[in-house]
Amino acid sequence: MELVIFSITALIAVIGAVAMLTSRNAVHSALFLLMNFGAIAVLYLLLQAPFLFAVQLIVYAGAIIVLFLFVVMLLGAERDEDETNPIRWQTPTALVMAILLIAEVVYVLISNPQTTVARVGNANVFAAPTDIARALFTTYLLPFEIASFVLLTALIGVVVLHQRRS
Amino acid sequence: MLPTIFYIGLSALLFVIGVCGVLMRRSALMVFMSVELMLNSANLALVTFANQWKSLDAQVMVFFVITIAAAEVAVGLALLVMIFMRKQTTNIDSMTTLKG
Repeated sequence: MELVIFSITALIAVIGAVAMLTSRNAVHSALFLLMNFGAIAVLYLLLQAPFLFAVQLIVYAGAIIVLFLFVVMLLGAERDEDETNPIRWQTPTALVMAILLIAEVVYVLISNPQTTVARVGNANVFAAPTDIARALFTTYLLPFEIASFVLLTALIGVVVLHQRRS
Repeated sequence: MLPTIFYIGLSALLFVIGVCGVLMRRSALMVFMSVELMLNSANLALVTFANQWKSLDAQVMVFFVITIAAAEVAVGLALLVMIFMRKQTTNIDSMTTLKG
């Protein structure tokens, strides 16, 4: 059962990623990326991470994709991009490198001993949202504050970038 | 019980697709989306290992990665809009101002 869910979700994720890569229209690309993010969120649920499932859907699928779509439509960049690549050998080289990378990953995965992930719905859930909140506000309090500072910096940076020069 | 290798393999595949996107597409917007895809695949690997070792730390780290990614997207897209206003294009080959 778990294998079936994993297979379907993984298939959707890979199809979304490849379609994002190949579609000419930037709006379609963003929507395929949304499909991929949704599939990954389901995988988080399979991996017993309900908190990250929610965060993935809210932050990635909600905020980031909306931001992307907003910018695509603002720029009118959904038309076909100019595909004349001045570096002619770049695409074939990229494909060869990708195949090499895949081969390397397969080798590493095969040469290592097998381990398994825990079954979904185990009685002792180790990463309930309350546990994550406890870790976040005790052990990781300083990184948490720094993250809020980074977000504030990004906010101010964006406002400064788009100031009207007088 | 699924082997960890399934999740890590999927994560690696998504990462390689993201690398292909960065190398092959010419629009800065598409390059940016591919980078997001790579970030997500790395997150998937982290969550997988968190599950394998029953450790909370990796999940907290993924939470921080998502936070920083949100900030990075906001700043990156703002820069992209600025570049588009100047050059009327998002083609990365036209951004050669820093070329020596």
